[in-house]
Amino acid sequence: MPEVLLDVQDLETQFRTSDGTIYAVNGVSFNLHEGETLGIVGESGCGKSVTMLSMLRLIPSPPGKITNGKALFLGQDLITMSDEAIRQIRGGQISMIFQDPMTSFNPVLTIGRQVSEPLEIHMGMSHQEALKRVVELLDMVGIPKAKDRINDYPHQFSGGMRQRVMIAMALACNPHILIADEPTTALDVTIQAQIVELVKRLRDEVGMSVIWITHDLGIIAGLADRVAVMYGGYIIEEAPVKELYTHPQHPYTIGLLGSLPRLDRKHRQRLTSIDGLPPVLYEKPHYCPFAPRCKYAVERCWKENPALEKFDTSHYLACWVDTETGSER
Amino acid sequence: MTNDNVLLKVDNLVKYFPITQGIIIRKQIGAVHAVDGISFEIIRGETLGLVGESGCGKSTTGRTILQLYRPTAGHVYFDGVDLVTLKGNELRRMRKRMQMIFQDPYASLNPRMTVGEIIGEPLVIHTRQSGKAIEERVGQLLELVGLNPAFANRYPHEFSGGQRQRIGVARALALQPDLIVCDEPISALDVSIQAQVVNLLEDLQGQFGLTYLFIAHDLSMVRHISNRVAVMYLGVIVELAERNELYDNPYHPYTQALLSAVPIPDPSIEERRRRIILEGDVPSPVNPPSGCRFRTRCKFAKEICSLEKPEWREIQPGHYAACHFAGELG
Repeated sequence: MPEVLLDVQDLETQFRTSDGTIYAVNGVSFNLHEGETLGIVGESGCGKSVTMLSMLRLIPSPPGKITNGKALFLGQDLITMSDEAIRQIRGGQISMIFQDPMTSFNPVLTIGRQVSEPLEIHMGMSHQEALKRVVELLDMVGIPKAKDRINDYPHQFSGGMRQRVMIAMALACNPHILIADEPTTALDVTIQAQIVELVKRLRDEVGMSVIWITHDLGIIAGLADRVAVMYGGYIIEEAPVKELYTHPQHPYTIGLLGSLPRLDRKHRQRLTSIDGLPPVLYEKPHYCPFAPRCKYAVERCWKENPALEKFDTSHYLACWVDTETGSER
Repeated sequence: MTNDNVLLKVDNLVKYFPITQGIIIRKQIGAVHAVDGISFEIIRGETLGLVGESGCGKSTTGRTILQLYRPTAGHVYFDGVDLVTLKGNELRRMRKRMQMIFQDPYASLNPRMTVGEIIGEPLVIHTRQSGKAIEERVGQLLELVGLNPAFANRYPHEFSGGQRQRIGVARALALQPDLIVCDEPISALDVSIQAQVVNLLEDLQGQFGLTYLFIAHDLSMVRHISNRVAVMYLGVIVELAERNELYDNPYHPYTQALLSAVPIPDPSIEERRRRIILEGDVPSPVNPPSGCRFRTRCKFAKEICSLEKPEWREIQPGHYAACHFAGELG
């Protein structure tokens, strides 16, 4: 078994707002092994991005507050370490790419300046050395005529190209972990395919671990080794990718897979939609967060919130009901 | 117009947006070729899917059909009447029969109007019903789209994205139209909510015999909902066929690449799939490539592709494509 790079335990994040406390992440635990790709799937507001931002201490505070939990990166706790220490790790050993390539760059600085910044900060390179490396990096991510483009500004790049530049920036310091927060959501499918191919190639070349956050179960199928499904601030199911798609156990995972139309499906089938709306997170329910929308819900679901427990070898599940029989496990 | 079954016939539709320079003396220095000569028909009661990537002109096509944009050239026959020649009251009368559902459920509902006013507005404008009759009809419509009739007094901000989209659907249905142009009606919604809205659209079609032009960039959803599918690239339609035919036997290299780029939620299939990765980005519609518009990214491109515009041909019965080598490529 490869080494565990990252071990997150019981992470909880809350936001205090004038309307009340928002319970965004409610005790999330997962780990990431060396060379592994973990997919985190969930709909908007399920806490998938907040989990990652909390881990890297990028939550604006106030209003945000990490109220509990640990995030051990090679044995060191990211949550309690000093600001100076986490700054060394962030952008160096753990780096992140974001959803919106339009707003993630500083529009008044050149690409060369922005991509060289982590190299100067983390690797102690001089500006000249760093620029040389930037050209190599831009080449690696497939920017044509990289040498001529380092003096260009972000608006001179297309969306897909900008995402490539962001990947170059994230990979600049050879990170152990790359966190990709919906990096292809704003892009067209043909460009999305380019970016996914690129990350796969670089992952295998550099040998880094990847956490890929998305709402698209399609992308994850061809990319991840393991998938965690989030709902209402909890991980409700986690399994190796093939296991999750062939034997989904949680009613939410089953519903999500059923509500996806499939390109390879010839006959028109009615989509099995999930009734109701995603939860509002103003309270931390004492019951299962999915119970209000769940067609299998039994009495116990309304009384106790199930914990994420081992269901099968490396398949974890937080649900009281056996969906095959419809009765309590 | 011979075929009675054709509800909408689009004939060589062109829409350019001028690019101007100068403040006092405005001079046109170019044009965005948003839609550049497209033709297709929509049969009564069917759903025609229109897919393409951002900026390919699919939304402009929808809006130009409804005469929200006046076309630069070409004709749009709705039930045999050329909408392009209509003006004023005549056009307004036709508008009753064609409605639109918009992409952004946050921007397409007036935040200062109640839901009842929003859904009732088309009735106030186009009919002479009394206030009470309209109120009743609004209640019916809300129920029809799965909302509580008591919501009529609430404002749009009190609803979630999926519920707002239902309000948009109710408004489109108010005048019992024949044609509804759905302009990316689900792309702003969460996956589990998308299925709710799509199922609703399908139910309503069955109930009222509606005809849809369904514009989207999600190819899996388009395959699910459409009877026939048209693929657009840079202002032109490159391929059109019955849904299974298009997905099983795509002729145009762009359709092939587009289909191969869509991920399938099944890891064992994804393992075996080979992707056609297109190089580069879509060229600018201000100055589209000569000949075939796709040639700059096409791996099969030959000399003829830059010289001649490929003809729109029927390669199999009902399966059209615009490619010089359609049917010859593997």
